[in-house]
Amino acid sequence: MTYAGALPAWAALLTAFLVLVGAGLTLLGAIGTLRFGSFFERVHAPTLGTSWGTGAIVLASIVCFSALGSRPVANELLIGVFITLTTPVTLMLLARAALYRDRAERKPGVPARSILRPPRGRDQQGESGGGQ
Amino acid sequence: MTAIILLWCLTAAQAMLVAAMGCYTFRLIRGPRAQDRVLCLDAIYVSAMLLVLTVGIRAGSPIYFEAALIIAVLGFASSVALAKFLMRGEVIE
Repeated sequence: MTYAGALPAWAALLTAFLVLVGAGLTLLGAIGTLRFGSFFERVHAPTLGTSWGTGAIVLASIVCFSALGSRPVANELLIGVFITLTTPVTLMLLARAALYRDRAERKPGVPARSILRPPRGRDQQGESGGGQ
Repeated sequence: MTAIILLWCLTAAQAMLVAAMGCYTFRLIRGPRAQDRVLCLDAIYVSAMLLVLTVGIRAGSPIYFEAALIIAVLGFASSVALAKFLMRGEVIE
């Protein structure tokens, strides 16, 4: 913290607040991951850290470095956009994999395949003519 | 005065992020099935990225941004590969 004298007061306070909010939300998501019972509840908890946890810390970094004037501010937005785009892809893939594994093991309480997608092959002349 | 507040808030935020990584590690060790472990690995990557960003704010140096970006990219690639492996049994088919 050698540069802190160069930072104006409003920027320092805003950075401190945003960093605290982001880290607190990430910690809340981690505690939720510990406490939830099943995997499909647990998969929701870390998104607290990837949505506003990441957003607040990225905003804090933008405020701090733009107030310092050491470099342009748009760089951290790259991290925010990247995390926002990639987290749904990862978690959807993971949830589909978990559903597939549960269904392959015939666990009770797993929704059948016909709820998610109309059956193909047998009753083609019914209302599910198009498939997919 | 504001510098001391910022310093303490950064320290508290780093402690909270490390505690979050500890919670995820506990779930990763204890997790009943493989998908819990992959989920926790992805979340640990995100937490480590946030920790590197916080260290960068504390140091006031623009070097840490690139490290955080690389950690985010590697975390996404590894999580997608592991999820694909859980679903299909192989990564590239």
